[in-house]
Amino acid sequence: MLVPLSWLKDYVDIDVTPDVLEKKLFDGGFEVEEKYELGKDISNVVVGLVETCEAIPDTHLHVCRVNAGSHGTFQVCCGADNVEAGGKYPLALVGASVYATAKDHVTIEGVMTIKKGKLRGYESEGMLCAGVEIGLTEDLYPGAGYNGLLVLPQDATPGEDVKALTGLDDWMFDIALTANRPDCQSILGIAREVSAMLEKPLKMPATDYTENGSTKDGFKVTVEASDLCPRYMAHYVSDITMGESPAWMKRRLALVGMNSISNIVDITNYVLKEIGQPMHAFDENFLEGNEIVVRRAKDGEHIVTLDEQEYELTSNNLVICDGVKPVALAGVMGGLNSEIRETTSGVVFECAKFARDNVRKTARALGKNSDASARYEKGVDEYSTVLGLKRALHLIEELGCGKVSSTHCDVNVGNSIEPQEMSVSIQKVNSVLGITVPTEDILRIMTNLNFAPKVDGDKLTIQVPAYREDMLPEGENDVERYPDVAEEVIRLYGYDHVESHFLPEAQVTIGGLNAVQKGEMALKNTLCSMGIYECMHYSFYSPADLDLLKYEEDAPERKAISILNPINVDLSIMRTTLAPSMVNAIARNEKAGTLEGRLFEVAKIFLPKSLPLTEYPEEKQTLCVGIFGNEETFYTMKGIANTIADSLQVSFEYEATTKTFTHPYQTVKVICQGEEIGYFGKLAYDIQNELNMRTSALVMELDLEKLSQWYHVKREFTPLSKFPEEKRDLAVLMDKDITFGQVEEAVCSACKYVKEVKLFDVYEGGQIPEGKKSMAYTVTFAPKEEALDAERVSKFVDKIVGKLSETLKIELRG
Amino acid sequence: MSSLSENLSTLKGQIEDGLKNLQSSKELYDFKNLFIEGKKSKISELMSGMKSLAPEERAGFGKSVNELKVWAQEQFTNMEAEMKKRELMARYEREKIDLTIPAAPQPIGNLHPDTLVKNQLIDIFAGMGFEIYEGAEIENDYYNFTALNTPKDHPARDMQDTFYLSPEFLLRTQTSAGQIHVMESQKPPIKILSPGKVFRSDDDATHSPMFSQMEGLVVDENITLSDLKGMLDMFVQKIFGKETKTRLRPSYFPFTEPSVEVDVSCFECGGKGCSLCKHTGWIEILGAGVVNKKVLENCGIDSEKYSGFAFGMGVERIAMLKYGINNIKALFGSDMRVLKQINEK
Repeated sequence: MLVPLSWLKDYVDIDVTPDVLEKKLFDGGFEVEEKYELGKDISNVVVGLVETCEAIPDTHLHVCRVNAGSHGTFQVCCGADNVEAGGKYPLALVGASVYATAKDHVTIEGVMTIKKGKLRGYESEGMLCAGVEIGLTEDLYPGAGYNGLLVLPQDATPGEDVKALTGLDDWMFDIALTANRPDCQSILGIAREVSAMLEKPLKMPATDYTENGSTKDGFKVTVEASDLCPRYMAHYVSDITMGESPAWMKRRLALVGMNSISNIVDITNYVLKEIGQPMHAFDENFLEGNEIVVRRAKDGEHIVTLDEQEYELTSNNLVICDGVKPVALAGVMGGLNSEIRETTSGVVFECAKFARDNVRKTARALGKNSDASARYEKGVDEYSTVLGLKRALHLIEELGCGKVSSTHCDVNVGNSIEPQEMSVSIQKVNSVLGITVPTEDILRIMTNLNFAPKVDGDKLTIQVPAYREDMLPEGENDVERYPDVAEEVIRLYGYDHVESHFLPEAQVTIGGLNAVQKGEMALKNTLCSMGIYECMHYSFYSPADLDLLKYEEDAPERKAISILNPINVDLSIMRTTLAPSMVNAIARNEKAGTLEGRLFEVAKIFLPKSLPLTEYPEEKQTLCVGIFGNEETFYTMKGIANTIADSLQVSFEYEATTKTFTHPYQTVKVICQGEEIGYFGKLAYDIQNELNMRTSALVMELDLEKLSQWYHVKREFTPLSKFPEEKRDLAVLMDKDITFGQVEEAVCSACKYVKEVKLFDVYEGGQIPEGKKSMAYTVTFAPKEEALDAERVSKFVDKIVGKLSETLKIELRG
Repeated sequence: MSSLSENLSTLKGQIEDGLKNLQSSKELYDFKNLFIEGKKSKISELMSGMKSLAPEERAGFGKSVNELKVWAQEQFTNMEAEMKKRELMARYEREKIDLTIPAAPQPIGNLHPDTLVKNQLIDIFAGMGFEIYEGAEIENDYYNFTALNTPKDHPARDMQDTFYLSPEFLLRTQTSAGQIHVMESQKPPIKILSPGKVFRSDDDATHSPMFSQMEGLVVDENITLSDLKGMLDMFVQKIFGKETKTRLRPSYFPFTEPSVEVDVSCFECGGKGCSLCKHTGWIEILGAGVVNKKVLENCGIDSEKYSGFAFGMGVERIAMLKYGINNIKALFGSDMRVLKQINEK
């Protein structure tokens, strides 16, 4: 929120520098996001009295002698049409910094430094400035909007700093407010805090007025939806004289980013910024039926707002109506039909409190935000509602633009705006903080915050002002509010008083990762050791990602949880598989020119038990490995899978399977100790082409919930055999379609001493007959009870050869 | 006799000459066999020729042959050693390689920066007695908001734009949701650290719709703001270095009261002011506070007997600070060129 220092000073005598004020605000919980002097880019611009002014022949220029007081007198060339002898204008001295404008003399293009120059042969030492060149607009300073020199008052002293004269020495504070302090969403609200921080009294704005206008007899207000509108006040003002606002009001509105519209509209905006109370003014002439009705809109009802936009409403929207029609969208914007115009002669001011949530929902649903709705969404307190109306009526009088009537309607649900008494234990306040704040400091702080504290032993009694809704109890049982008091005390006492203890009284606990968490970490480290990098993808993806991998319409992966309000369709459904994100990651890498790499992700997939969700879905921890590059083959991924199995001391088996997105002959199910836990396979070529991928890519997905049962299975240690192992090589000839797995199984079943069958050669072609292949193995025999002699091993080999020949028609090669 | 003696000296000459021309161990072996190994070797034949000699000559001749044999044996042994040496050198010569050819890659992967930071935090807090609790990413409204003292119309709901999955279920916006589950199922003393992914509907240069948080919670008797400060001091010194200081300043979270933002003295410049800390000397790293007693009560914990503190931080923020990563999106892009740069075991 933008706060001009000059405005703040209306309510508090601020005698500290802007830097000190910033620090005080920061320490008190109000972070100043930006602080700057209004004329931060302007320097060395002083009041210049033009003593002589002569036209330069054949040009639009004038050469002037400009008196700049103690700075000297300078010859300056000037092209403005309003320069004349005896006039006082801003003079940028040589070395001064001002804004450079485009040819239109309006658009600021940057900051420039004034140098000595020569125009048409005339020396020019300095520059007479227009308002825009020193950062002023018409609203900030009367006359500054003129496309020519800014005329300064005749009583200005030559040589005087123009910044001070025109208010450019003012400071702007952009303050970040936390959501619990809507009461500070106004200049007055910040002033209350500053008054407490600086321990200076708060000077309230004037709210007095005389009711001397004509009345509006029979006028009434009915609130039909008091749940959405706990308070509605309407006050009639007669004898309106429409016109411009005074310069001081225009300037303040301009400083906080609001355009001046007209005196009446400006008053409502001024109260919004000053008090934090949104207001609205209706032109009395366009209110039919002499009444205001606050009700929910009818479904399908229409309203055209001030900015000429039409909206169709539902019963979720609150509208302000006259006797006939909606005249405003409550808390958001007034209707075009009753807007203030030049002919307005009587005004009904609305000053109300609307339910925060409802204003927010309406603003969101209609996509319509206004300063008022932004304010209401944060929460307006009724103290401000009452104060705001009085302030507006006072301003009517102060500006002399109307007569305040006695016609006043106030419909409310009976909330009090009187301070509410609350008592807390001082000892409990201190127990939150862990330090003992001296009671006199507590009293001082609470007094400064306008809580009117009283102490009786350990009991602190305070009066909570109505604007501090964050401190008020919510419900009857909510009485022990000592943490609130502790928070107020410590933020003004200073957080640097908080001592540093390390849990001296807490019980000892034993922390750390549990078994599954440790196992998962070990698994991740195993994967890293194989040159695989961990990556992380969003938990949501696009339905198009499922299309990309060609999942069938009825595939379980298609049963995904949708986000009702996604950022966009690409991030709109929860992942049911990690594969699409991995495939896309590989494709992105290839696109970026990285043609090989290994990635893994451990993340959850989300499997709903019902759609739409009525209970928590299953969140299944899943591992996805993606490898790509011309060296990567099915067997590389198989090796990775085997290493995972080895690291857990389990064995994986693989069974051919198919997936919609993988190579039909290079895809397997992964089976761990008899249970299917996932798959891996080579990415299908059509998908590769679709993604412009150039290298071979493989994807594996494993269910870590299932795998996790093996994370910490303790295996018995097997002592090494005393007897040496024996190895024999076998070269065999077989049908091409026979797999290694079949051979291995046959070999193992033939002899119980076989420990390992290792393939060391596969060969086709050459002397091998068509349709056949040669495979060569090393078979390792591990003796159990006694050492194996050569003769026994030969017998084993014979048995194996016999078995191979019998079951698979495999012959021994010569 | 004389012819046998001649043979003796001829053989010696043959051995001497022959050894000079041998090229390999194999040739040496064959050459040696020709003279001394086996019954048909030349020296053996010489021995058998002894039968033709007069008995008085035999002793002398036998001695000479034996001397020859010992001599020859020695020659062959020396030559064998020499040959082995020569052959070894020749093998080395053959295996001379270009030492400047680039290495065959032996890749090692690495954990994601988020995981590295999480592990480091877990390490520190596990040592302080914190258990690790990982909650669900899909939460219901009650656990994410209501139980955390953020009822439906609360302005704090605006602080976090929430992804909804149904009127009741949503993607958790904060790991604090896990606090409630823990407090409902465990009795004090509670010390948990809860890392996890959280989601907010925000996607621009500095915001990612998914990011990771690490939440800590302590509930026990007599826990105060000073305990929070003490624990944070210890934590930041461990992660950012011994000299690091903390600064608490007032803030607001619905589930803590008082609430604080915690800044650490800039570990880059030591607090003097630099571009990392935007010339303030301080870096904001986490939010914390004393657990709001309503939150304890919502979980059935006696708020008069027990109190607690909670703290939460953005994991990516710390990762980015630690590794100098300038764009949060880089953490979710899986670009090998990025991942390979984070090299920490």
